[in-house]
Parts: sequence; structure tokens; C-alpha cells
Amino acid sequence: MSPVPRYLLSVHGPAERTESGTHPSQEAMLRVFADTGAFNGRLRRDGHFVFAGGLEPATTATTVDGQGERPAFTDGPYLETQEYLGGFWVVEAADLDVALALAAEGSKACRCAVEARPFRTEVPVRELPEP
Amino acid sequence: MIGPTVEQAITRAHHKEWARVVAFLARRFGDLDIAEEATAEAFAAAAERWPRHGVPPNPGGWLATTATRKAIDWLRRESQRDARHQAARIVYDDTPPEPTGPVEDDRLRLVFTCCHPALAMEARVALTLRLLGGLSVPEIARAFLLQETTMARRITRAKAKIKAAHIPYRVPSADDLRERLAGVLAVVYLVFNEGYLAGEGDDPVRVDLTDEAIHLGRLLRTLLPDDGEVAGLLALMLFTDARRPARVSRTGELVTLGEQDRGVWDRTLIAEGNALVRERIEAVAAGGGPPGRYQLQAAINAVHTAAPSARDTNWSAIVALYDHMALIDPSPIVWLNRAVAVAEVDGCGVGLTEIDRLGDVLGGYHAFHAARADLLRRLGRGDESRAAYDRAIGLAGNPAERAYLTRRRDQLAD
Repeated sequence: MSPVPRYLLSVHGPAERTESGTHPSQEAMLRVFADTGAFNGRLRRDGHFVFAGGLEPATTATTVDGQGERPAFTDGPYLETQEYLGGFWVVEAADLDVALALAAEGSKACRCAVEARPFRTEVPVRELPEP
Repeated sequence: MIGPTVEQAITRAHHKEWARVVAFLARRFGDLDIAEEATAEAFAAAAERWPRHGVPPNPGGWLATTATRKAIDWLRRESQRDARHQAARIVYDDTPPEPTGPVEDDRLRLVFTCCHPALAMEARVALTLRLLGGLSVPEIARAFLLQETTMARRITRAKAKIKAAHIPYRVPSADDLRERLAGVLAVVYLVFNEGYLAGEGDDPVRVDLTDEAIHLGRLLRTLLPDDGEVAGLLALMLFTDARRPARVSRTGELVTLGEQDRGVWDRTLIAEGNALVRERIEAVAAGGGPPGRYQLQAAINAVHTAAPSARDTNWSAIVALYDHMALIDPSPIVWLNRAVAVAEVDGCGVGLTEIDRLGDVLGGYHAFHAARADLLRRLGRGDESRAAYDRAIGLAGNPAERAYLTRRRDQLAD
């Protein structure tokens, strides 16, 4: 059996956050939390869930370069962009069609676009037939 | 009787068997790269062997067997050369084949994989032409006026995504089929239009692409004989292609439908298109659901080709069909075409009023200005017509179309 493919479903949102995060109001934020929680429950129930998490704002990030003699620390994210990774799911899905359907549900729940990207896996090579 | 030459036999086998062999290998080995390479090698072997040893009695079977052997050789060489592959061979995929319908053709899976919505449109087109059409990478690059290396990279990247992202090799479930099939038809129609309305380059029509699109349309019709839109798209392409001999003048100028020599239209293609349209009219009458956009466009073309001259065209029927079109696709292009037909029924003034309403959205589209120019000319408004022709000429990319518009403008009386 080849392993079940895994996908990173990442959520990208604006860098600016207010009291209610990236949401228009406190109530809207709570609704998003509830919907996202329900989506997480569905992922667990159906055996897709591997890991998930929301991230603190990109301004809290520290970029580390350990390639030199001493590690160099830089305050801030690796890439300076308008939008940052705000959270992600790692899911197992039989193929991309299933992963895209999950991504669409997750996107609806968290009110953000979601990027679905496959994890690198071993390439299954089918058994060679006898000559 | 003299049989077909070996060369003809190879060409015919390529036309008939390429997609079948690729699709079969793709399922058997689960890898599009191997399927493509091994199929190409099998055809190269045929080109070498058949002239010397004769054409085998079952060319398709010979090609499939030869390609399978090439694929196994290739896998074996790779696994011996590369230790990583040796390790990977331990991870056998021993899942049983997915249950499929009794007569499901491997080629249909290949169609849906090549046209998967997670691939960019340009990648879908390139993959479809390579894996289903059997066009070589240089041929595809030439057709799209791109560097060979650019096209090769595009195809390689698409295949790598299919593999890495696990794009499935299967026909979508009934729930998704309609939407996914619409995407497939869009790819085929794009190939056809790229050939027929060649926007750039020196050839006004690129026959290699229109022929290939019709080939793909026929293949889809074989695979999905009951689908109305598949029949509609094929009919639409056949009607359009039937008019090709009359579409460009000897001096390389575009000839509009109204001015074409209807005597040189291809009657065989028209008859085939008419048969498809009749079949669909009967199916819709028998309660088979409303016709989609390709069926309506095919019906519009059937009305045009049935008329002995532009003047004798049943324009009211065409307006009525565009009304149907506007219900499923209320795009400004549909309204523009409808307005042109309205002008024939209710007069140029009425048509022009309808066209002018579309100025905000279609101001950058050459056909909008060309249609306005024609109606203004017929209304005797020469200066305005000239200005509209100027706009149309400035926006048109196709040289034959520019030549036609320029002549029309220059014919305006001062």
C-alpha cells in the first residue's frame, strides 16, 4: 500500500489585524471560530485530520539563519508581503479532488482563500510484471 | 487493388491508436511520463519495423504490446541505474483497480486528468494535445507560436503537478461530471478557435489545430455518445470548418459569412453537422433537458448553412436562438451577435441601438467596432462608420481580418 497523500491547506490573510483579528466585528469573528471549529470536527470524524493551527500575527515572527558560524536573528517574517500565513491544516486525502473539496469547505468556514499543496511523498512504483 | 502504403498505415494508426495506447499505459503504470515516452517509442519502432516487416494484422494491439514492453524496459533500466528507484520499488501500489463502469474507456480518464481544473488552462491545452492528440512538442509549440523549450517545460510541469499533487486518473462522479465535462469541452473549443481565429502570426487559419480539435471532438463523441453538449460542440466545429474554404480570399483577406461563396462549403461536413443537430432536436423534444450553449451555437450555424444566401437566412430563427443563448450565457458577446441578427430582422437602426448599449463593456473588442461600422455604413453615416472601422482595425490581431476591414473602410465614399 502506498501512503495516503497529505496536503497542507494554508490560510492567507491581511497583515493588519484589529481587536477582532482580521474580521469586521467581534460577532463575525466568533461565527468564523464556530464554523472553523465545526470544520475541524468534520476533519477528525472523517479521518482527514492530521494537524491544524492558527498563527499569531507575522509581526511576532523571528527569522533565523543558522548557516553561518553563529545564528543570525531578524525581527519579522522571512518575506515582507501584504498578506501572511494566518493558519493551516495538514490533512490526509485520497487524491487532489478530495483535498480540493476539503479546502473549499475550510475556505468557506474561515472566510479566506486556502492554498492546497501536496506534501512530498514516495512515488509508488507498481510491481513489475513478469517478463 | 493496391493497399494503403505503410506510411498511410502508420499515420492512420497514429490517429486512431495514440490516445488509446497512452491511456492504457497510464492506467497500467500509473505514470503519465512513462505512458507518453513508451508510446512515442512504440510509434518510432513501428516507423522502423513496418516498412521492412510489413504492417501487423492488428496495428493497435502491436503498438500496445510494444509500448508495454518499452515501459517495462524503461522501469527496469531506471531501477538498476538509480538506487533510489530500487528503494522505491519496495513501495508497491497493490491497491486493487478502482471499480469502474463496464465499458469505461481509459481514454475518458485521460481526458479528465489532462483537463483537470487544478491545472492552468494553457497547461490543459498543451497536455491534451500531447497525450490525447499525439501532437509532438515542436508541433504544439509551433501552433501556439512559442519556443519549443517553453512548451516542453509547460508540459513537464503539468505532468509533475499531476504526479506530486495526486490528481486522480478517473472519470468524475455523476455529481461533478457535468461541470468537469464543460471544462473539457472548453479546452477542445479553445484549440479549435486558436486554429480558426488565429489571433497572431501569418496564417489566418491554422488547419493543424482545427483538425486536431475536430479529432478530439469525435473522440469525445465516441466516449460519451449520449451527451448533448458533446454532440453540439462537434456539430459547431464541423459547420465552422465546412466554411473554411470560403473564409479567406485568394489575396489573404477575411471573407464574412454574407460574402462567402457558398458553393465551396464542404457539404460532407455540413451533412454530418446537420445529422447531429437533428439528433439533438429530437432528444430535446423527447424531454432530454434544455440544450446547452454548444447545441444552441450549432443550431445557429445550421440555420446559416441551410440558407442559399445571406439574404435568404432565417434571421428570426437566429434571433430566437440567441434569446435562448442569452438565458444561459448573458454575456455581452452573445448580445452583440443577437443585435447583428436583429439588424437583419428589424433594420440597421434598431440593431445599432442595441449594439451601442454594449459600448461600455465591449469598447476594447474589435468585433464590436466592426459590427457598428457595418451598420453605420449601411445607414449612410460614412464619417462615423470610418471612425468605427479605424477602431476595429487597430484592435484586430488577425491579418486577414485587418485586410478585410481596411478594404471596407477604404470603399466608403468620401
